[in-house]
Amino acid sequence: MIEFILNNHDITTDLPSGMTVLDFVRYRQNLKGTKIGCREGDCGACTILVGELVDEKVRYRSMTSCLMPLANAAGKHIVTIEGINPEDGSLTPVQQAMVDESGTQCGFCTIGFVMSLTGHCLSSGDRVSSTHVSRGSCSDLETAISAIDGNICRCTGYKSIERAAMRLSEPPASAGDQKADEKSPYVPTYFSNISSRIKSLRKATQSIPEETGRPLTPAVPTFVAGGTDTYVQKPDFFTENESDHLFYDDDLRGIRDLGDYIEIGASTTVTDLLETPVMNAIFPDLYKHLKLVSSTPIRNMATLAGNFVNASPIGDMTVWFLALDSSILMSSPPYEGGVAEGRGGSLTREIPLADFYLGYKQLAKSDDEIITAVRFKKPFGDFRFNFEKVCKRTYLDIASVNTAISLKLYEEGPPVPEILRSKVTDQRSKIELAHVSAGGVAPIPLYLRKTSAFLIDKEVSEETIDLAIEIIQDEISPISDVRGSDDYKRLLLRQLFRAHFVEMFPDMK
Amino acid sequence: MKNIDSHSHVRGESVYLDDIPLVEGTLFACVYDSAVAHGKLISVDTREAERSEGVHRIITAKDLIGENQIGGIVPDEPLLADGEVHFVGMPIAVVLAETEELARKAARKITAEIEPLPIVTDPRVAAANGDLIVPPKKFILGDTAEAFEHCEHVFEGRTEQNGQEHLYIETQGAYAVPTENGGLRVYSSTQGPTAVQRAVCRVTGLPMHQVEVDVQRLGGGFGGKEDQANAWAAICAVGVQLTKRPVKYALHRMEDMRMTGKRHPYSSDYKIGLDKDLKIVAYEVTFYQNAGASADLSPPVLERTLFHCTNSYYIPNVSATAYSCRTNLPPNTAFRGFGGPQGMFVIESAIAHASEKLGVPSSEIQRKNLIDNGDEFPYGQIAESDAITSWEQGNSKFDFAALQSEADNFNASSKYFKKGVAMMPVCFGISFTKTPMNQARSLVHVYTDGSIAVSTGAVEMGQGVNTKIAQVAAKVFGLQIEAVKVHTTNTLRIANTSPTAASAAADLNGKATQLACESIRDRLLEIAVPLVEAETAEAVTLTDGFVYRNGERTSLDWNTLVMTAHLERVNLSEHAHYATPGINFDWSTAKGHPFAYHVYGTAIVGVTVDCLRGRYEVDYVKCCHDFGTSMNTAVDNGQIEGGIVQGLGWMTMEEVLYDADGKLRSNALSTYKVPDIYSVPKEITILPLETSRENLAIFNSKAVGEPPLMYGIGAYFAIRNAIKAFRDCSPEIDAPFTPEKVLMNLYSSS
Repeated sequence: MIEFILNNHDITTDLPSGMTVLDFVRYRQNLKGTKIGCREGDCGACTILVGELVDEKVRYRSMTSCLMPLANAAGKHIVTIEGINPEDGSLTPVQQAMVDESGTQCGFCTIGFVMSLTGHCLSSGDRVSSTHVSRGSCSDLETAISAIDGNICRCTGYKSIERAAMRLSEPPASAGDQKADEKSPYVPTYFSNISSRIKSLRKATQSIPEETGRPLTPAVPTFVAGGTDTYVQKPDFFTENESDHLFYDDDLRGIRDLGDYIEIGASTTVTDLLETPVMNAIFPDLYKHLKLVSSTPIRNMATLAGNFVNASPIGDMTVWFLALDSSILMSSPPYEGGVAEGRGGSLTREIPLADFYLGYKQLAKSDDEIITAVRFKKPFGDFRFNFEKVCKRTYLDIASVNTAISLKLYEEGPPVPEILRSKVTDQRSKIELAHVSAGGVAPIPLYLRKTSAFLIDKEVSEETIDLAIEIIQDEISPISDVRGSDDYKRLLLRQLFRAHFVEMFPDMK
Repeated sequence: MKNIDSHSHVRGESVYLDDIPLVEGTLFACVYDSAVAHGKLISVDTREAERSEGVHRIITAKDLIGENQIGGIVPDEPLLADGEVHFVGMPIAVVLAETEELARKAARKITAEIEPLPIVTDPRVAAANGDLIVPPKKFILGDTAEAFEHCEHVFEGRTEQNGQEHLYIETQGAYAVPTENGGLRVYSSTQGPTAVQRAVCRVTGLPMHQVEVDVQRLGGGFGGKEDQANAWAAICAVGVQLTKRPVKYALHRMEDMRMTGKRHPYSSDYKIGLDKDLKIVAYEVTFYQNAGASADLSPPVLERTLFHCTNSYYIPNVSATAYSCRTNLPPNTAFRGFGGPQGMFVIESAIAHASEKLGVPSSEIQRKNLIDNGDEFPYGQIAESDAITSWEQGNSKFDFAALQSEADNFNASSKYFKKGVAMMPVCFGISFTKTPMNQARSLVHVYTDGSIAVSTGAVEMGQGVNTKIAQVAAKVFGLQIEAVKVHTTNTLRIANTSPTAASAAADLNGKATQLACESIRDRLLEIAVPLVEAETAEAVTLTDGFVYRNGERTSLDWNTLVMTAHLERVNLSEHAHYATPGINFDWSTAKGHPFAYHVYGTAIVGVTVDCLRGRYEVDYVKCCHDFGTSMNTAVDNGQIEGGIVQGLGWMTMEEVLYDADGKLRSNALSTYKVPDIYSVPKEITILPLETSRENLAIFNSKAVGEPPLMYGIGAYFAIRNAIKAFRDCSPEIDAPFTPEKVLMNLYSSS
């Protein structure tokens, strides 16, 4: 039994929890405004908004309904285009801007753009307060554009859609310090009651596997979090079978500053990272880096543990956390007080993320074990971090090669010899700690052990980089595939490793 | 004037194929297709699938009542494989089941025994084997052999161009519903309702009057639904014929990408000869078109490659030969530009090659050779040219030299980032090159409440053709556009349509609509003359919903006039026919006047390449474009911006990859990348060419669908120039310029 609000209607359904929200709204609710483009979260035609109660307010995020299991709708406000259309047949400011700027041609992708931009407008109040830090100097236009970075328009009217976004980034006079829950000009008035309606919903899915006609519970337990990879890899399996849904499990969420460590719940999304002040404080380029990771709706759904467990050799977040020398916490049943009571405290063990990968898609994890959190040592001193990723398309694409690096430099660098003064500036000094990772160059997301070890106690210099590059070439074993030839990947990692230093030490430009 | 669909588009209320409410009893189809690119089909085992839940029937080639054939131009394309399979994705069997999921589930249970045969994916290999779709085609002007002997400079080379996936966001699909006495109503996401009708009739054996094809709109077409919508409609039709139940098939993305053809890849050889003044004196080119497994639209695509092989240039001696090569890939098909871009890319490559060797900028060679009024195209048509005016007007607005020196200055001071600039003139002929296709009809009804319904053969797919047609009717009747409703494209209302293609739909259907409306208007004015006490019909006009006499408004309004006419038993409907005048082409001599007119334009494209990472961004595309006189600047600018971005995609990130076994590796949106919002040029500036030249376009508003796509070719050469600014090299010309190719060229030792 799953309860949620769909637009202005309360829904209670016994349908399989693995059914996608897309199929539910289109074929069970006859809401045909939400379109099917690719069913793998890559086109954005099926974008919906998902409202969640956070601190007594409803926070809306855009998600691709093709990858979202019905289970993840439990206790939420699901909004399709029909839920924002004014009843009198008129247009919302977002819709009007799209019309005025001729931002729609064939119209098939349009609804996705409208939903993404509406999500952007609904959260503009939030952004001022909470994500102001994360987006740093971003103008509102930049965030409006980033809201539609997961929407493909093939016709392709991006310039006119950009102009529509530009129009929207000049908010109407009344929308100054709008709270999402109060009357918003962007959505119908029924939105103002959603927060109280959500409170009365049963939050979790109640599964009744014994009921006839239910999908099968597989012999091996399967877990689904954001669904962004599981529903791309095996859509039929996950729609036809019952899984254990971890996405909105409160016990698995949250980013905690533990003093020496930062601990991040397994179901934390990439967007959560992006919007957390402590992460932005540690990683000043967080937005710039995470912008390279998929798209806004996918970042709103994709969880860290999902990325780790998927074990893709090019998993962006895995490569990112490998370079932080992270470790993961895992737990297995029986859970204290049952699943609903929380999984955090049960039979927990901690292993380095780098030891999690045994081979291609092979994990140091038993079938019923789940990741509960990832933690890394809170950096201090002269800490540098960089993330690089190159793909066919710079954004909204899967890496050909990605790589991350973290360095800690000795506080007081050794004196620079006279002969090197012209080349070496005072910014450069010796490396105390180094962790380098790379994806797309091995069967697993790779922690570059030898390279990392080599860098310690080395001078930051062209020579060090050149020597490290040679070690890297020995550590990797890329293969030719649709994302590039092995020669290209070797060359690319060499270049990206160099790019790390150019980025971390601006005077090397 | 905004697109008339924009209101329903932004509210999600526009109806596409998968949104049509289902009729009771509908079955869902799913195709089982070949996993082998070439082989003998020994047997198909459907037993397990037949027992699968919800399966109603499974169809193979032997079940067809009509002919197993959907080839539109050459009868070489069976609907379902019979005896042999010719590409991975070739349909073998069709499952009909109670739900879409059950149909898919059952299709996975079908197996086929296929004895492999040699696989050919390279068009040159196919040509060497003599495996051609149609005999080679040739254009000759002057005498190249002679001319080369007197050339100061002669350069030869080879270029490669990859294909392009259409990636219309709405996938292919059809929905067929039985009508009485064995007839069919077919809803199809097609650019060619009549092509669908013919294919359906062929496989079912029904006469055309028994089959109604109806098209509301497409969620993108780009040529991909010109002929390739036929198979899915035919499959649904056969399903209806065999089960007497409605049958629907909306393809999943990966099925669509695997089973349908794309823009044709070409491999080409060129030889270019210039005199000491950089005038191109002779040009020889040989095109090897990768047609895929059957003809589809490859022959006319090949022809348009020849028509545009000299782009915007006048070359007195040309010899162009084109081979349509049969390979074991899905049949490649129409894609915006229809072979024209492929022809233009080769001449631009040849010019880039010459400029590199001669140490002069490409733009100098380009400018010196632009076609002028009175010059002859290789196919005999005499140019009414705006090639030079569009270049010069563009230059005076954008200052090409300043943009180049801006890039040079930037490059001098930047270590890792380099800018490249390239010019791209475009000359594109408007008309179907097969002259008989240049005809259209329009059916206009004026109802007694004054409202107007228009039906034409044009299919709305985002290009705004229905908006333009509504504008035509509104203008002729002197009404607001709201008075006009453009209805679905339907073969019962409009028969024997040409596909919506060749950028020609607005011209052909718009002109037919104009004729229909004018006939009705003239009849109405005749009624109006005595009512407003005018002397003659010429003194009476329709404006703003009123009858005007000698330019002055009378009290007789549109609605009263219409009702009066009806009571006087005047015909308020008209079905008009338009055929483009003055065009012809004779393939026996390969000469004629195939195009109603040409569209000209000149673009300058600037890019920045990140030479550390091999990534690039397009800084700007600035173009001076020949609209004639645009009747709808909102729609036309959308077409220009869209065409440019699609062309950039083809030239940069879009890479169709097949492995040696003919299996598509770029088989989903996760592996085939089209431009996203960050990939578009930071700036697109469109300067309308100022010209007073009359043309055959509707209201003098020239066709705009395809020409701008070719501005995107400039991005390829701009990137190449940026790489050359980083290091002295001569990158081989092999499009698209993916980040991989960029980085390899920046650093490879060869």
